Amino acid sequence: MSFILPNFLGFGLLTLVPVVTLFYMSLTNWNVFGTSQWVGLDNFKRLVHDRSFHTAVTNTFYYSAMHIPLTLVVSLSLALLLNTKLRGVAFFRTAAFFPYITSIVAIAMVWNIMFSPDAGPINALLRFVGVDHPPGWLTSTHWAMPAVAIVSTWRDMGYYMILFLAGLQTVPRELYEAARIDGASAWQRFRNVTLPGLRPTTFFITVILTINSFKIFDLILVLTHGGPGQSTTVISQFIYTKGFTESQFGYASAASVVLFALCLLVTLVVFLINKRRDA
Amino acid sequence: MDLSLTAPPAAPAEHPGDGTPSSAGQQNRMTPGRRIGQAVVYVVLLIASVALLTPFFWMVMSSLKSANEVFSVPINWIPDTFRWHNFVDIWSKSDMVTWIRNTMLLSVVVTFLQLLTGSFAAYGFARIRFPGRDVLFLLYIGTIAVPWQSYMIPQFVMMSKVHLTDTLWAIVLIQAFGAFGVFLMKQFYETIPEELSEAARLDGLSEYAIWRRIMLPLSVPALASLGLITFVTTWNDYLGPLIYLRTPSNWTIQLGLQSFISSLYDANYALMFTGLTISVIPIAVIFLLGQRYFVEGIASSGLKG
Repeated sequence: MSFILPNFLGFGLLTLVPVVTLFYMSLTNWNVFGTSQWVGLDNFKRLVHDRSFHTAVTNTFYYSAMHIPLTLVVSLSLALLLNTKLRGVAFFRTAAFFPYITSIVAIAMVWNIMFSPDAGPINALLRFVGVDHPPGWLTSTHWAMPAVAIVSTWRDMGYYMILFLAGLQTVPRELYEAARIDGASAWQRFRNVTLPGLRPTTFFITVILTINSFKIFDLILVLTHGGPGQSTTVISQFIYTKGFTESQFGYASAASVVLFALCLLVTLVVFLINKRRDA
Repeated sequence: MDLSLTAPPAAPAEHPGDGTPSSAGQQNRMTPGRRIGQAVVYVVLLIASVALLTPFFWMVMSSLKSANEVFSVPINWIPDTFRWHNFVDIWSKSDMVTWIRNTMLLSVVVTFLQLLTGSFAAYGFARIRFPGRDVLFLLYIGTIAVPWQSYMIPQFVMMSKVHLTDTLWAIVLIQAFGAFGVFLMKQFYETIPEELSEAARLDGLSEYAIWRRIMLPLSVPALASLGLITFVTTWNDYLGPLIYLRTPSNWTIQLGLQSFISSLYDANYALMFTGLTISVIPIAVIFLLGQRYFVEGIASSGLKG
C-alpha cells in the first residue's frame, strides 16, 4: 500500500474527490463567492429548457456523427494498407502520427488560415479543380462544423491507426493462409477473418473515440470559439462558459453531470453490444 | 508490364505499365493483379502523406514570409525571399522566453513526478497483495473514461479554496498523477517474470530495493514511453493553463501564442507562424528521436483497454 500512496494521494484529491463533489455541486446554486444552497434538481430542470444547452448537445452529436465513422474508416483503411510489407511504410507511419503529437493551438491556427475563404490554400485548391463557389468554411454556419470534423479527423487518424495496427498483429496469420487456400477473395478475408479478429480492438477504439468526440473542446475553442453564432458550440464549451465566464458553478456542474452520464452510457452500450456478439 | 517496386513510391504509382525499367528481380513471382494492387496502395499512401504533411509545410513556409505575403492571391506556397529575420524578431516582439521557460519547467517537473509516482504505484498494483487492490485499480481504470471536462469545475473550485489557482503548481498537480501512467507501467511490470523478484526477496532485498534495483532498470523502455508521452502532453496542454493561469508571467507557450495573435496590432500572421513553428520544433525533435517509444506506448495502452 505504501507504494501506491504517493500517486493515490494526488489521484484521489485531484480526480476522485472532484468527481464525487461534482454530483453534490450540481444540486446546489454554487456561485463565485463559494456560498451555496441546496436547490435539488432545479439546475437539471433549467437545462431541459435551456435552448443554448440544446444547441450544444445537438452540435456535439452532429460533430460525433461525422467524426466517429470518418475516423474509424480512415484509420482502419490506413492500418490495413500499412499492415503489408511495403517499402516506405515507416515513413508513412511517422507522417500519419505527427499531427497527433502537435499541439491543438498550432494545428487550429494553421488550419484557421488554411480555411480562409478567399486567400486560403484549401479554397485555392478547390477552385483549381473546378469548384466555382467553394464553401466559406469557418465563416459559414453550415460549413464550420464539417470543417472542425475534417481537422480533428486529420489530427486523430494516426493515433487510431496505431491502435488498429497493434490489433491487426493479434489476428493469427494461419487464418489468412487457410482462407486463401479455401479460395476466399480479399473482401471475404476482410469480412470473415480481419473484422472478427479485430473485434476487441474495434470495441476499445469505438469507446475512446466516442468519449473523445463527446468531450471535444480545445480544438473548437481555438478554431472557431463556438461560432459563427452558436453553430459549433459544444457541451464542454457550455460548461466552460457557464462556469468560468459566468461563475454559475452549480449550473455548470449539472451540465457536467450530463456529459459524464453520456460518456458512461456509451461505454456501457458498446460493452453490452460487444458482449452479446460474443455470446 | 514491369513495375519498379524498389523505386520511390511516386515513380511506379503514376503510370502503371508504361515501361519503367525493371529493377525488381526478387518480385518476379507477383502476378500482374497484385502489382497493380500495390501501385494503388502507393498512390493512396502518397496522397494521404501529402494531405497529412501539407499543413506543416504551409506553417513553416509561412513563418518565413513577409506580413502581407501570407494572404497573397494567388497563393504563394513558397515565399519569394526567405525572411529568416522573423525568427529573430519574434523574441523581441513577444514574451516567448517566459512562455518557453514556464512550459519547459512544467513539462520536466510533471514528467519526473509522473514517472516516479506512476512506476511506484504500478509496482504496488502489480506485485503486492493487499485488500481492496483490485477494486482500487478498477477505480483508476474507470477514471480514464471520465473526461476531464466533466470534473474541471469542482477541481477548479477546490484549487481556489487552497489558493493554488494562477500558479504553476496547479498545472503540476492536475497533470502529474494521471491514471494512465500507472496503467501503462503496471502492464509492463506484469510481463517481467515473477521469479526475478522472488529470487531477490530470498536474497533479502526489501520491496523498495526490488523496485529500485530490479524493476526500474528492466522497465526503461516503458519509462521512456511514459516519459515522452507525458512530456509532449504537458507541453501541448492548452485547457489546463487556460483555466488556471491568468497572470501573463505564468503563461505557457500555448497560452502565450494564442494571446499573441489577438494582440497583434498589425496582424502580422507571418510572425504568428514563426512562433508556432518554434513551439512545434522541440516536439518534432523529441518525436523523431523517440518515435519507437511513442508508438509502443500508445499501442500497448490500447491492446488490453
